[in-house]
Amino acid sequence: MADLSYAAVMARQAQIIKNAGGPDYDQFEFGKVGFDYEGMMASTGYTLEQVREIQLAGKTGNTPLLELTKLTALVRSISAPGKGARIFVKDEAANASGSFKARRASLVVYEARKRGYPGVIAGTSGNYGAAVASQAAMQGLKCIILQEVYDSRGFGQPEILEKSRACEAYGAEVWKLTVGPELFYINLLLLEQTGYFNASLYTPYSILGIETLGYEIGSECLARFGRGPDAVVITHAGGGNVTGTARGLLKAGCNTTRIIGASVDLRGLHMASDRDFNRKSFTTGHTGFGVPFLVNPDRTDVPRNAARALRYLDRYVTVSQGEVFYATEALAKLEGLERGPAGNTSLAAALALAREMDRDALLVVQETEYTGAGKHPTAQLTFARSQGIEIRRGDPRENIPGQNIVIPREPEQLHVEEVDLDRIRRSYLKNVLQRNSVRPADLTPEDLIYLAQEVKKDQAWVEEVLGNG
Amino acid sequence: MITAHKGEYVEIKRVILEPANRSSNVPDDTRRLPYVARIGGFLLEEEAAVGTTVTILTPAERVIQGQLLAVNPPYAHHFGAPVPELLTIGMELKSRLEKTGGEG
Repeated sequence: MADLSYAAVMARQAQIIKNAGGPDYDQFEFGKVGFDYEGMMASTGYTLEQVREIQLAGKTGNTPLLELTKLTALVRSISAPGKGARIFVKDEAANASGSFKARRASLVVYEARKRGYPGVIAGTSGNYGAAVASQAAMQGLKCIILQEVYDSRGFGQPEILEKSRACEAYGAEVWKLTVGPELFYINLLLLEQTGYFNASLYTPYSILGIETLGYEIGSECLARFGRGPDAVVITHAGGGNVTGTARGLLKAGCNTTRIIGASVDLRGLHMASDRDFNRKSFTTGHTGFGVPFLVNPDRTDVPRNAARALRYLDRYVTVSQGEVFYATEALAKLEGLERGPAGNTSLAAALALAREMDRDALLVVQETEYTGAGKHPTAQLTFARSQGIEIRRGDPRENIPGQNIVIPREPEQLHVEEVDLDRIRRSYLKNVLQRNSVRPADLTPEDLIYLAQEVKKDQAWVEEVLGNG
Repeated sequence: MITAHKGEYVEIKRVILEPANRSSNVPDDTRRLPYVARIGGFLLEEEAAVGTTVTILTPAERVIQGQLLAVNPPYAHHFGAPVPELLTIGMELKSRLEKTGGEG
């Protein structure tokens, strides 16, 4: 009888992940800290064209790229002369389960079925749960979804309650968990006990599935406008959305498109705190995931995370919860598109970013998500108010996560706050050395090339940072 | 006393980790609480009272044991109430666009 204690199960992680369909991650390791990222991605054996075919069979992909002419006009009316980019949105709510996550899930579930696994397991607080459940339903596999849903009082945010319901609607066995990182533990334990496939968000399959999203944006812009987008704004949490979209844009030939990550600012709230759990109105797409996953992408449920956003980001900004609700309202009232707030994080950022850009520039917001009971500003703000959060119109710069939600008074007040990517890159490098107990002098030449790629800088920059560390 | 009957859809509760066995990597307010899961499925016993230990068949057709929590619990999330702070945003923005003729 296997030891089921927390420590014992966590110690069996490598073997459990291997049995659950993961690649043999050891084969990609080199030097003291490096690993062959592109080799790992290529090891899946799928071409982009094959992924597109699998996704279309899975009722996913080829979503419309919609021009938001009213929002563009609004932005231009508050911009300096000659400024105010054309804003487009990729309507990912049109995918099978109502979000871009269907792209990630489709390839993962397809692979699980191809290899003869009876079912799939995923631990997620996002739309990915419903996406895996939906794809498992259509491909005839069993599905278990683990979600962090309740605080110790049994209260859950409406958004997460809706995401649980959706998983059940698609036929999944759903484990609705209280607050804590032990989701990893129960995930491993269930993989071990069921022999199901690990449908982790962070396998190469999951990231390859998002490449089609960037590819579709890039190739449609090239066909319609004769050039790629000037910038794509991508909601950033665990890094998959940024990584996959950026890789897809590159595969479409859009080498100069700026990759901008956007997260909801929840700084100051502890993600594993029972008390703080219901003091936030966003369950994903926020800094509580966004920043730690940049500093250490491998802090996840697989040995090597295929989502490595620091390799692709040109810029990283935050917006406040109130600004996202404002953008959601503007999208419904001016563009006639009612979509879920979490998917509008990048839209809120885009409304501010477009003001800095020239009028002929193309700015693409790369996702929307479905909306419904729970996943709606009225639901989320009603709940926030019941949790003692102050809600008012005002200057979004007065935003204090967990205390208030400030809805802008005027569109001019929509703004982004810059996250210093160089500071995050330095933290990343420091963290890599610490975790591996390695000194800069121990690094091999291949390690240095790898680290430069990891932080999207040249080797001289990396060596200087390490030398000063 | 609420009882459930065989085949009814119920929710069970399982304590996965007692406070003493939790990860050391959680803040204090969380560490003093057990780590708990709720799972839905079809009751396998002929009859059972809420609070007793039961077995269910889950939608993935797996058999799981736990404490009976509720019989056919409703989905309680909703759209909430209209939010005064949001209600006027549409009119405000439309009136701005009308002033600029819809073109920036």
